[in-house]
Amino acid sequence: MAAEIDAGSVVRRPTDRAVWFLVLPALIPILVLSVGPLLYGILLAFTDSQSGRTEPTRWIGGLNFQDLLHDTLFWESFRIGLVWAAAVTLPQFLLALGLALLLNEDLRLRWLARALAIVPWAMPEVVVGIMWRLVYNPDAGVLNETLRHLGLGDGHDWLSGLATALPAVVVVGVWAGMPQTTVALLAGLQNTPRELHEAAAVDGAGAWRRFRTVTWPALRPVALAVTALNLIWNFNSFALVYVLTNGGPGGRTRLPMLFAYEEAFRYGQFGYAAAMGCVMVAVISVLLALFLAGRLKGGDDT
Amino acid sequence: MRANSRTRAGQYVALLAYLVFLAFPFLWLLSTAFKSPRELGSPHPTWIPRHPTLDNFRQAFDEQPLLHAALNSLLAAAGAAVVAVLIATPLAYVVARRRTALTRAATGWVVVSQAFPLVLVIIPLFLVLKNLRLIDSLAGLTLVYVVWALPFALWMLAGYVRAVPTEVEEAAAVDGAGRVRTLVLVVAPLLAPGITATALFAFVTAWNEFFFALVLLKTPERQTLPVVLTHFIGAEGVADLGPLAAAAFLATVPSLVVFALIQRRITGGMLTGAVKN
Repeated sequence: MAAEIDAGSVVRRPTDRAVWFLVLPALIPILVLSVGPLLYGILLAFTDSQSGRTEPTRWIGGLNFQDLLHDTLFWESFRIGLVWAAAVTLPQFLLALGLALLLNEDLRLRWLARALAIVPWAMPEVVVGIMWRLVYNPDAGVLNETLRHLGLGDGHDWLSGLATALPAVVVVGVWAGMPQTTVALLAGLQNTPRELHEAAAVDGAGAWRRFRTVTWPALRPVALAVTALNLIWNFNSFALVYVLTNGGPGGRTRLPMLFAYEEAFRYGQFGYAAAMGCVMVAVISVLLALFLAGRLKGGDDT
Repeated sequence: MRANSRTRAGQYVALLAYLVFLAFPFLWLLSTAFKSPRELGSPHPTWIPRHPTLDNFRQAFDEQPLLHAALNSLLAAAGAAVVAVLIATPLAYVVARRRTALTRAATGWVVVSQAFPLVLVIIPLFLVLKNLRLIDSLAGLTLVYVVWALPFALWMLAGYVRAVPTEVEEAAAVDGAGRVRTLVLVVAPLLAPGITATALFAFVTAWNEFFFALVLLKTPERQTLPVVLTHFIGAEGVADLGPLAAAAFLATVPSLVVFALIQRRITGGMLTGAVKN
């Protein structure tokens, strides 16, 4: 119909329509199943929506958030989430940086290391969890056996111990997230100008100086982006800890996602759980903004 | 620049440490999968099974409907991968070739969608799919996986499109090919390797996915492999570790094979994406 009306602008029109034709097949699912649900989810946070209830859902304003403010269990879970995210992201970055620097060198066995470095990325998170349960198993696990072998005590029940559960889970988190970080940093490294590196070496700059003055400035943008993304992903992590400890013992590893999942799908409190989701997004955004602002400002000095 | 031999030696030691750290849990999984219940119960577990056995694999299939679950996973992952690249490739083309408000919004969505915790998405999705009668169904899950795979697919594919010189398209236009013909007959073949890699990557992500499957599928016969795997866990005795390890290993094989195929392209794709954006 439009073609008949706009016969005058035939030259421009077909391209525009072609663009819509290319864009719509992806745009509709994105709107219906991603953007829509996100907005709907935020709205739900202001309702008393519950699963399997016959009465209509009511608008209750900020009541969920008021309740949440006094929900000490949630804030404890939130604190654990922050500790977990920081404790996983930082070692993850340092270890991945070290590995990326090594893989960027002309070493033998590099191909093997590159292939192995990717393996954790390919594995289902559930399998990663199962695998480390086997490692940590108090009786049949390799960790306790090695410790006994080295005469370092009788071993622990790592995942059930109140003191050891969170550190044990953090190690798995670091292990599981290393590949993506390494690959991204390696990509960044391969973009650093080789000539500059060589010139610095000729000038007698040591390895550390070369890293500080040549490699790091080129790597910074990638490093920042990757760390920011890792922080978000780790804070929102679910499957690993669900399989490893399911939040136990005594809630010591109950990440906010686990908490919200239980609230929504065990107790059916959809509205309340959505409010938790909103708080998680809000706090993480603020922290991230602070982190990035600090980093970017720090960059001007060096 | 030759590093001196002391540095080199140190680098090899460090690399070896990394290899051990990265590989040992997986080797332990393999070792456990081939141990007999009696050996698993013995007080001093060893790296090499003393009496390797395949019993754990048989028992794993007896205990849980693994084959059926694998079929469910295959359907959802393959369906999601095919549909995702079919609809993402045209959008990626537009995003890569034009700068409009729409393409900027699409790029923004790629970033924002990564930042939101899944709880905030899953509750409304659950309600929407329930209304569409797509809850507890593989079709519904596949649909969710399509949208879930889109951000990364879009990012990768846009990188591949940028790698195709515009001159190629202009030359085709000069030769009298229409827009659609140019896209289908000239651009698409050049993108084919990238599209394949992206589809395979989407396949692995969907095959591995756990959270959506956990929430959306309730009937045991419809559950996917990662969800069925978690049924092995629980108050497991030491004797059940063998089947658990065997099943976990089998579930990983397809992911590892596919990843080995696309490893180079994925790292390459992340690189172009990182450079151009």
